[in-house]
Amino acid sequence: MARIRLENLRHSYQAAPTRDADWALKDVDLAWEDGGAYALLGPSGCGKTTLLNIVSGLLRPTSGRVRFGDEDVTDRAPDQRNIAQVFQFPVVYDTMSVYDNLAFPLRNRGLPAAQVDARVREIAVLLELDGMLAQRAAGLTADGKQKISLGRGLVRSDVNVIMFDEPLTVIDPHLKWRLRSKLKELHERIRLTMIYVTHDQTEAMTFADQVVVMHEGTVVQAGTPVELFERPRHTFVGHFIGSPGMNILPCEVSDGVARIAGVPVPTANRAVGVVPGARTEIGVRPEFVRFAEQGIPVRVVHVADAGRHQIVETRHGDSLIRVLLDEHQAVPAQAAHLAFDPAFTRLYADGWLAGEAR
Amino acid sequence: MLELKEVSRRVGAQTHIYPTSLVLRESVFNVLLGTTLAGKTTLMQLMAGLVPPSSGAVWFGGRDVTRVPVQQRKVAMVFQQFINYPNLSVFENIASPLRVARRPESEVRARVGHIAELLQLGPFLGRRPAELSGGQQQRTALARALVKDADLVLLDEPLANLDYKLREALREELPRLFANRQCTVVYATTEPGEALLLGGYTATVHEGRITQYGANGAVYRQPADLLTARVFSDPPINTARVLKSGGRIRLSEQVDWPAEGRLRELPDGEYTVGLRPHYVLPAPGKGGGVQLDCKVLIAEISGSESVVHFELSGMPWVSLSHGVRVFKVGEAARFELDVARCLYFAPDGARVAG
Repeated sequence: MARIRLENLRHSYQAAPTRDADWALKDVDLAWEDGGAYALLGPSGCGKTTLLNIVSGLLRPTSGRVRFGDEDVTDRAPDQRNIAQVFQFPVVYDTMSVYDNLAFPLRNRGLPAAQVDARVREIAVLLELDGMLAQRAAGLTADGKQKISLGRGLVRSDVNVIMFDEPLTVIDPHLKWRLRSKLKELHERIRLTMIYVTHDQTEAMTFADQVVVMHEGTVVQAGTPVELFERPRHTFVGHFIGSPGMNILPCEVSDGVARIAGVPVPTANRAVGVVPGARTEIGVRPEFVRFAEQGIPVRVVHVADAGRHQIVETRHGDSLIRVLLDEHQAVPAQAAHLAFDPAFTRLYADGWLAGEAR
Repeated sequence: MLELKEVSRRVGAQTHIYPTSLVLRESVFNVLLGTTLAGKTTLMQLMAGLVPPSSGAVWFGGRDVTRVPVQQRKVAMVFQQFINYPNLSVFENIASPLRVARRPESEVRARVGHIAELLQLGPFLGRRPAELSGGQQQRTALARALVKDADLVLLDEPLANLDYKLREALREELPRLFANRQCTVVYATTEPGEALLLGGYTATVHEGRITQYGANGAVYRQPADLLTARVFSDPPINTARVLKSGGRIRLSEQVDWPAEGRLRELPDGEYTVGLRPHYVLPAPGKGGGVQLDCKVLIAEISGSESVVHFELSGMPWVSLSHGVRVFKVGEAARFELDVARCLYFAPDGARVAG
């Protein structure tokens, strides 16, 4: 096991990249500590799979280095990196028993039978597969097969990191819950470095201690789930994380005060370093908007029942402002006013949190 | 209006759909909600006429269409795995059903233009499908289904392969697209949250049977039985055995509460209680509930919500609350059950109170 260091990685799939858009990865610099639980989160095309393939060795970066501990592994083949991977679709040998599936990576490496047996049984208990070791893999359900895939990744004790590429995408929601918490529990027990690649914010946020949000080949923010939720550095993070995402509302700034339709909006950050002509926006999550006696005048246009809460769509002029209410809370009639919680209301200039170094 | 009358489907010795009767509403979103292999796709194939029922009849618009081949019905379908013609432009992909119907060029242009605008495909009409993102390809498939005047539109997990955020946007867009159309829309999903947000009506499907059909909110909040409650819950609904006796509901030696309202009229005996995770809050909760201590098995923070897994009477339970709460795995924590929100099910599964 080792600390993973990605130094100034750049990658282009083109032989002679010239424009900015030619780069799938644009200068990514990251460190993953030994034993951590990390997620790479972003929409398709953001560069997360490219990054994953560079770490696993399937791709050689156009420039930059990959280090595991003190060793530079940039030029090493995947099989020389001691990495385990779990993919979206379970990789299982249907004709083999559950036991033989789990034992396969170890036998492949020539481990003595006694050691193989001990390790297989240990992992099987962790994954609650111990009752079905003799069963053929073919008869298992989708989540059962994905558990075997996980087990085959976990069974080796010599891996530097285990990487998951959208492992729960094909799993039904109610099983997803079980498998996701199982994965979390496993991480707490074995403390192996885990990197989880997904476009699903719920999976990323519940699994990882640190989430790396990617957008157009760059890392826009890396932080704990709470940081990403409460203090997005960029409007993209505000929008991408949270369901529904953050309200992003055009505003005017004068004398250091942000205003929407002339109504002053107190913000947690100050309007410093906002260059003239910059696009200025207020970011506030639907969770931190409430109906009030006074504030920004709006019309209620739609109420969606999301079960445990209601998503209320309101309009102020052309701007759509969403409000999250609890399941049984009363929704005002058409005309109403909105107030934002100042502690969670932020000013963004050209997409970035105002007053922050980029 | 689409009606299934005692329709069943057997393949060899296997029953895929048990005799099912259902009258679907027109001009609303009808959702088939259930796990993979519950029978959603088979139900849609029966509705479309893609497979014949083993028994029963399918009626549409007041006539028996059971033996009418799919080509002669006005049906549009969109599948999870979007299908487009790779060698045709986006425009021609969308236009293809109109070409088959030999509509005049001016009409084709007008209708394709209109639907492309609705689905924000305007700028891409000259491209080939392979030059589009997954979301744009799926919107192309949707546009093709919408461009013709279908009486029945079947959408089989159309958003399943798309990115999370795109799904969120299309999930809002779709019901609006159909809001002013005279057709019956059926949408299959495995996700309870999606079923709720699409609005309209939901049929819960479990192992080849429809367990309930009704307005979304009603099926979600007043499920007819325990199976329906389980199908229509994400995260999974918490359940436990309880005993009613002496005017009290007893969950364990230490935990009980008074039997109030309709509960009072129930005969003494065993019941199953169901309580959704957002009614199980870390103490002190909202007050007025029943408190209990449990050992924390797993704690997750999603940024805006905290999820705690624990065990209650041998069953896995989940608490879901707003905000960030830190719990130590393996330690005891106190939770408050909002027992006024409990659903009660008889031993045969029927909801009897709550």
